[in-house]
Amino acid sequence: MSIYVDKNTKVICQGFTGKTGTFHSEQAIAYGTKMVGGVNPAKAGMQHLGLPVFGSCKEAREKTGCNATVIYVPPPSAAEAILEAIDAGIELIVTITEGIPVIDMIKVVERLADKNCKSRLIGPNCPGVITPGECKIGIMPGYIHKQGRVGVVSRSGTLTYEAVWQLTSRGIGQSTCVGIGGDPVNGTNFVDVLTAFNQDKDTDAIVMIGEIGGNAEERAAEYIAKHVKKPMVGFIAGQTAPPGRRMGHAGAIISGGQGSAADKIKALEVAGVRMTKSPSRLGETMEQALKDAGLLERARAVQLA
Amino acid sequence: MKIHEYQAKQLLARYGIAVPEGRVATSVDQAVSAWRELKSPLCVVKAQIHAGGRGKAGGVKLVKSEDECRAAAEAILGKKLITHQTGPGGQLVRTLWVEKGSAIAKEYYLGIALDRELRRPVVMMSSEGGMDIEEVAAQHPEKIVKCAFSPTKGLQVFEVQKLVRGVRMSPGLEPQAVPLVQALAKMYVDLDLSIAEINPLIVTKDNKVMALDGKINFDGNALFRHPEVLPMRDLHEEDAKEIEASKFDLSYIALDGNIGCMVNGAGLAMATMDVIELYGAAPANFLDVGGGATAEKVTAAFQILLSDTKVEGVLINIFGGIMKCDTIALGVIEAVKKVNLNVPLVVRLEGTNVELGKKLLAESKLPIVAANDLDDAAQKICKAVAGKK
Repeated sequence: MSIYVDKNTKVICQGFTGKTGTFHSEQAIAYGTKMVGGVNPAKAGMQHLGLPVFGSCKEAREKTGCNATVIYVPPPSAAEAILEAIDAGIELIVTITEGIPVIDMIKVVERLADKNCKSRLIGPNCPGVITPGECKIGIMPGYIHKQGRVGVVSRSGTLTYEAVWQLTSRGIGQSTCVGIGGDPVNGTNFVDVLTAFNQDKDTDAIVMIGEIGGNAEERAAEYIAKHVKKPMVGFIAGQTAPPGRRMGHAGAIISGGQGSAADKIKALEVAGVRMTKSPSRLGETMEQALKDAGLLERARAVQLA
Repeated sequence: MKIHEYQAKQLLARYGIAVPEGRVATSVDQAVSAWRELKSPLCVVKAQIHAGGRGKAGGVKLVKSEDECRAAAEAILGKKLITHQTGPGGQLVRTLWVEKGSAIAKEYYLGIALDRELRRPVVMMSSEGGMDIEEVAAQHPEKIVKCAFSPTKGLQVFEVQKLVRGVRMSPGLEPQAVPLVQALAKMYVDLDLSIAEINPLIVTKDNKVMALDGKINFDGNALFRHPEVLPMRDLHEEDAKEIEASKFDLSYIALDGNIGCMVNGAGLAMATMDVIELYGAAPANFLDVGGGATAEKVTAAFQILLSDTKVEGVLINIFGGIMKCDTIALGVIEAVKKVNLNVPLVVRLEGTNVELGKKLLAESKLPIVAANDLDDAAQKICKAVAGKK
C-alpha cells in the first residue's frame, strides 16, 4: 500500500561515509529501511555501519541488487553522482543535496528523458520519500509518520512534517509521503506523484503542498481536474512573498508575473482541491474531507505493523 | 548574484559581443577624464546600480560637452535613485559608466533565462527593444519569439536564423546577429548564468549590431566553479542584514512588516509569514534557520531580526524533527538572555520532545509566550503587538 518504495526496496547511499550520509543512514537503518550498502571510491572494500562500501554504483548494484539510492553528495559533484546512478540502472534515485547548479540539473533531466533511461529521480533539495512502517529514504523524522491511506506530496520539508504530524495526531496514517524538492529543475513532479497516488488502490486521499514559483501546481491542477476523483486537500506557501525575491528555496520565486500563490490557489480550487488558508488546518480539513467521502473510519483503522 | 551593467558589458565583450566603448568612473573628475578619452561628440553617463528603471529615475543622461558631462556626473553620483526595483528607500549611486553615444536605427530585445516547464534555457527575442519583456509578454505576446536549447548541444545556426527572422531583422545583419546570439547562449552555459539580457540590442545607423545595455545574473549555486566572477560582487548593493545572515548560513530576506519571524525550513517560513498576515499583521522578514538550529545560529538570527527597527514582536516557529525541541528551547533561552530582548516573543515548538521543550521555556522565567500551533502563535503575537499601541 504505497508508491515508489516499500518493505522490499533495497537502498544504497551515495555519500555514505560523510557526516550527513552516516547520520541519516543510521536513522534509516533504525527505522527498518533495507539499507544494503554505500558508495565511496576512496573507501571501497571497507565496512561502514556494518554495511559494505563499494567503489561505484555499478558495483553496488551488481553485488546487492539495490533498486534505490539516496544521495547526500555535496553540490559540486552531486549531479555526477546522479548520472552514475542512472548509468548503473538504479530505478529510484532520491537526491537530498541542496544547492546543485541549475545547468547541472538541466543536463541530468536531459539524461532522464532518454528513452533508454529507466530511472526515476526524486529531488534534489528535498526531504526524500517514506512509506511509513516500511521504508524511509531521506532526512524526515520517521516517528511522526503512521501507516495509512493518505498520500502526501510537497515541495517543502518542514511544512510536510507539519502536515504529516497533523494527520498522525488525528489518527490518520499515510500511504507514502514524497518530497519533490524546492529547486526550479527537478526530477519527479507533482503530476508524476499524483498519477501514482491516483492509481494506487491503497491511497484514498491526497494532501498536496505547493509554493510560489514556476507552474507545477497549475499543471497539477489540470491533471487533477481531468483524472483525480480522490479527495484532495492543499496549501500553497508564499502568499505574502514579494515578487522577484527568492524565498529560501531556489525555485520559490515569483518572476515575470508568473508563479504567484493566488494563481495556484485559484487553479487548484477550480480543480476541486480543498485549499486551506493556514497550514495549521491541513489535518482537520483532510479529516473533514475523508468524513464527507465516507472514508474516515477506514483511514483510521490502519494500525502500525 | 547580480553584477553591474559595466561588468556585464566587459563579459559580453569577452565573448565577442560588440558593446559601446566606455569608462568606469567613481568620481566627477574620472567622469570628465572619461569624456576626454572617449573623444566622442555624444556620450552617455549611466548610473551603476543593481536595479532596472534607471533612465526613468534620472540615472541616465546624454551629454554633448565636457561641461555637460561634469554636470551629469555631479547630478547622479552620490544621489539615491528610486526606481520600481529599488524600493522606496532608493539605491545610492557610487559608480558611473560613461560610454560613447550610439546612433540607433532600430532596437530589439534579446534575453536568455530558464524555462522551468521545458527544463531548458530559452532564448527570447522581440522587436520591442527597450521595453520591459514582461510588459511585452503581457500586451504583445505575438511579438516575442523563443527557442529553448540544450546546454550540451548549444544553439544551432538554423535555430538562431529563425529567431532573427522572427523579429524581422534585415537579412544583411544575420552574419553579425547569428554569432552574437550563439555567443550569448554559450556564455549563459559557460558561466552558469540565471539571466542574460541585452535590452536593447541595437542596430546602429551604420548597420552594426551592438549591446547597448547588459544585465547578467549568476546562479549562486554555481559560483564555486567561477572564482573569477566573485570579485564582481558589490556588497553595497545588498541588504546588510542579508549579508550578515549569509555568514551564519541563514536565509534572510527583509520585508516591510513589524513581526520578526524565525522558522526552520523555507516552506514553513513562507507559511508562517502567510499566517501572520492572515491574522492581521505583516511579517518583517523571511528567515530560515535551516535544519540544524543550534544556539549559536538562533542567537545570530535574533540579533539580525532585532537590528531591524521596525520589529515590534518576534515569532519563533520550529518543527523539531531530527533536531529535538528541548535542544531548540535551550538555544532560544540562551539567545534571549544574550540579546536583551525588549519586544514580545511567542514561541511555537512542535515535534520530538515538545513537552520537555515547553517545560524548559516555562521554567526559564523569561517573558516567552508559548503557543500550541501555528494559528495560535500568529494570533498571540499579532495580539501582543496590537496591544502595545
